[in-house]
Amino acid sequence: MSEATPLWEVFIRPRNGLAHKHVGSLHAADEVLAMHAARDVYTRRGEGTSIWVVPSAAITASDPERAAENFDPAGDKIYRHPTFYDIPDDVGHM
Amino acid sequence: MPLLDEVLALADDHLILGHRISEWCGHAPMLEEDLALPNMGLDLIGTARTLYSYAAEIEGKGRTEDDLAFLRVEREYRNLLLVERPNGDFAQTMLRQLYFAAFMEPFWRAALQSSDRVIAGVAGKAAKEMAYHVRHAGEWVIRLGDGTQTSAARMQAAVQELHRFTGELFDGAGPEGILPDRAAIRPEWDRVIAMVFAAALLQVPGVPFPQTGGRQGLHGECLGHLLAEMQYLQRAYPGAEW
Repeated sequence: MSEATPLWEVFIRPRNGLAHKHVGSLHAADEVLAMHAARDVYTRRGEGTSIWVVPSAAITASDPERAAENFDPAGDKIYRHPTFYDIPDDVGHM
Repeated sequence: MPLLDEVLALADDHLILGHRISEWCGHAPMLEEDLALPNMGLDLIGTARTLYSYAAEIEGKGRTEDDLAFLRVEREYRNLLLVERPNGDFAQTMLRQLYFAAFMEPFWRAALQSSDRVIAGVAGKAAKEMAYHVRHAGEWVIRLGDGTQTSAARMQAAVQELHRFTGELFDGAGPEGILPDRAAIRPEWDRVIAMVFAAALLQVPGVPFPQTGGRQGLHGECLGHLLAEMQYLQRAYPGAEW
């Protein structure tokens, strides 16, 4: 599409209490039509109770070329995962 | 009109407009609208199905919803002339949708009070669907009317073409307490259309020759072509099932 219908990212909250989750993108002329399009494209099968649309241009994304320096250092620090504790049975499901 | 005729007329309005909208499937100007339009068409056809089933029940002659939808001839259809009008361009399609939905939304809201269980049930679902159709079609009418020179000219041309068919929306009344008085919907319809037109910079035209006749079965040539396509399968393979 052209600049007349820029790209929007769509986030849907499936149920109350859950977070909005990215479901895809679409083209629309403005935020009102983007909201309509999101409703028609992404909630036809009862997927959601709330919609966010965000101009794709408003999103700052991490640079894939910096993926190594961003994410690799976390790879060998297993002590950051809370897996070294014994959870008492009485606590049940956490 | 008796309840059967009123229910059938309402069902015909919804089926014919639903079919018209379905003609856009695969042809809409953008992918997003290619999903939005069939969504709206399916809303209308869903309402039509319930109404045809109810009409068949009232009639009590063993006909089914499919018999009523697919096996009547042109003159037996009681739909408004407005809903059978060809899709034209996107401006015409959106304007036709706005004209129809801006009437049906308050109509169904009033019908929520119906003493008839089926009518009140249909109204509960349809009022919400029509509210969305008004919003969606209204936003497009505003954007095209107050858009580029070309889109504004096309939108005003759509108004010139279709406005003469709108008077028929307000003709007739069903059995009191069961279906709303159609004339009483006029002020709300006028209000919504005036609001959208003001934002869209469109003029409400004078209508020297209002077009009516759909409720008497007097249709335009375009309905025959629509039925030929819509009824083809049931005519060619009688009793065919999905």
